Amino acid sequence: MLLTGAEIIMECLLREGVDVVFGYPGGAILPTYDAMAKYPQIHHVLVRHEQGASHMADGYARATGKVGVCIATSGPGATNLVTGLATAMMDSSPIVAITGQVPTAAIGSDAFQETDVTGVTLPVTKHNYLVYDVEELPYIIREAFYIARSGRPGPVLIDVPKDVQNARIEFQYPQGEIRLPGYRPPEKADERDVAAAAELINQSQRPVILAGHGILMSGAMQELRELAERAQIPVTLTLLGKGGMPESHPLVIGMMGMHGEAAANHAIQEADLLIALGMRFDDRVTGNLKTYSPNSRKIHVDIDASELNKNVMVDVGIAGDLRTVLAQLLPHVESNQHPEWIARIRDWQEDASDRDIIQYDTGDKLFAAQVINDLWRYTGGDAIIVTDVGQHQMLEAQYYPHQRPATLITSGGLGTMGFGTPAAIGAKFGRPDEVVWAIVGDGGFQMTMCELATAAQENINVNIAIINNSFLGMVRQWQELFYDRRYQATPMFNPDFCKLAEAFGVPAMRVTHRNQVEEAVAYAQSINGPTLIEFVVEKEEMVYPMVPAGASLHEMKRRPKLSEAKQ
Amino acid sequence: MTAPTLTNKQTIVALVENKPGVLNRVVSLFRRRNFNIDSLTVGRTHQPHVSRLTIVVDMQQANVQLIAANLYKLVNVIDVRIISDDPHVSRDLALVKVRTDDVESRNQVTAICERYPARILDIGTQVAVVEIVAAEDTVEAMIDELRPIGIVEMVRTGVVAMGRGTRIQDTDYRPAVPVKSNGNGYHL
Ligand SMILES: Cc1ncc(C[n+]2csc(CCOP(=O)(O)OP(=O)(O)O)c2C)c(N)n1
Repeated sequence: MLLTGAEIIMECLLREGVDVVFGYPGGAILPTYDAMAKYPQIHHVLVRHEQGASHMADGYARATGKVGVCIATSGPGATNLVTGLATAMMDSSPIVAITGQVPTAAIGSDAFQETDVTGVTLPVTKHNYLVYDVEELPYIIREAFYIARSGRPGPVLIDVPKDVQNARIEFQYPQGEIRLPGYRPPEKADERDVAAAAELINQSQRPVILAGHGILMSGAMQELRELAERAQIPVTLTLLGKGGMPESHPLVIGMMGMHGEAAANHAIQEADLLIALGMRFDDRVTGNLKTYSPNSRKIHVDIDASELNKNVMVDVGIAGDLRTVLAQLLPHVESNQHPEWIARIRDWQEDASDRDIIQYDTGDKLFAAQVINDLWRYTGGDAIIVTDVGQHQMLEAQYYPHQRPATLITSGGLGTMGFGTPAAIGAKFGRPDEVVWAIVGDGGFQMTMCELATAAQENINVNIAIINNSFLGMVRQWQELFYDRRYQATPMFNPDFCKLAEAFGVPAMRVTHRNQVEEAVAYAQSINGPTLIEFVVEKEEMVYPMVPAGASLHEMKRRPKLSEAKQ
Repeated sequence: MTAPTLTNKQTIVALVENKPGVLNRVVSLFRRRNFNIDSLTVGRTHQPHVSRLTIVVDMQQANVQLIAANLYKLVNVIDVRIISDDPHVSRDLALVKVRTDDVESRNQVTAICERYPARILDIGTQVAVVEIVAAEDTVEAMIDELRPIGIVEMVRTGVVAMGRGTRIQDTDYRPAVPVKSNGNGYHL
């Protein structure tokens, strides 16, 4: 079959099972766009900014576990992808980005719209390629997909010069094994390490499991649950670990970290054993490392050996696929009970519920926490939630318990504002049968709100909840706590979001009172297409608990106790 | 003279695919992760598709393990060994241009060269070029002796190293294991 490089790109995408790509055309990628006409099986979504394309590919990938694909032209098109690549890199999300490049003869000459894209994206991709020879193109695309989704997943970029897209060769899809001599993600654990880990678990009095994104990515939900139940070990989740075990399960004690549940943070600090599974001890979950869980032994399992002993020194470090390693470990773990330890955790939980804003009588005021908790209630706790970054994101983590994996999609590692809206669109393309809500702040929404036009053009059924506090809320919170309320550059003049949505042809509704929330959720979900609901909430709300940056994990700022406030 | 500082030098040998940009990936990794390189050399091997990097770093053992794990993450890096953990040989080459503009200095340089694995490559009435090939500390010791005479120019290649005996660091000894890859999405 005689094909051009551009047709080879489309042909290979098809063979990788790609059904949708998110992109934006331009001179250097035009041959590939021209070839798309011959491949109607692959739906192209025209975004409004390439950042949106990268977040959509990411949202698609996180919702499905499959590789998301985005396409951009050379120069500015490619540089616009960078934020999305960095976001995907930090959260180990498998995406393949294809960018046009100036013709090979012009490379290095500062040609029109030339950027050293492989250079620029080197630190924010798992791997990248500049294709010089069309003969290599099919091999590279196959490798790229393989690298993106295997081991610790991540973004891979392929930069394709225009002449390579135009070159015509006899195409044969590469068969057989992919030969990457230096690429060997670990699989199984050494049995001695497994035995050492099991011994620590069997002897522990106060164990805690710290479950992260790796649970979902290796599909270890069942194994995690078995481990926790067999030895009665409480489980705390990272932000990206949410859904790794149903949050209604009595052993799940919620999210850990800066805005984690107080009970989870106290448990980590007082534990005698941490079992860290597919998480990476980010500073947002450890607080001050010097005082982090001072009296515990530590077991750490991660697919990425470079995460072991990076931030926290551990007693047993195992590089391997979590599901495989847990399956090795389970036969060695004895049934156990830790009634005193669990009772202690229940005390912390009771104390927390006495401080919970949901228990407060807030009268006529609408609080973001209530909106999110109501969203949970009226969506049956079963929607795919995609958040942006800020207070609303942390409140989602606190007030929207997830029962299933891959139902919370959020930028954890990079904390990328503007992620929510496009990632929700991508997620809906990946899981069309699920109800998808984006929960975004008024600030972050405005960073990528142009994608409302994409949603409208595609008539994609995403519901966008703007939590409008007229502030860059999370930054304002820091200013309130640490900068004497000097609200420098955080108050927002906002557009009329409902009118804005209408201008895009997107039905919208404004909610100012709690009794309207149920109706608004029902209204949004009744429309088969994008909708926008603006929730006008209290302006100066706080997210508690909060571990101030640099403080120890147990040194949380808390809301006052309700029982004491009443006296 | 400053007192000798306690160094913790470790030598890493990495075999990498001989492809454009691979050195850039390695160097970028060290910069990004804030690992300090003492010396880095790149050279060919007996296999045309493989290059060999020798990297000397000055840090604790645990951190060297981290560097090795990070190097492994680069797709083009085939094999990594912390070679200083095991018996090994290492060599550094230095060219030193030193003042020889009087009889005394000329005699001193000649005498020093006799006590080291060193050679005078070029000598004139003003300067001489001295070559030494030796382990790094030997090179340093000789340079310290030459310094009072007057070093005017110097270059060192950085260390290359190889394990002793029959432990072969090669690219073919470990088969490429098939990697698990969830092509069809999550196993939910
Ligand atoms: C691209 C980007 N720029 C800046 C920040 C820093 N930042 C973190 S949270 C936040 C405020 C977010 O405000 P908003 O979107 O209104 O959400 P809220 O916190 O009010 O819920 C800012 C500016 C960021 N995370 N990402």
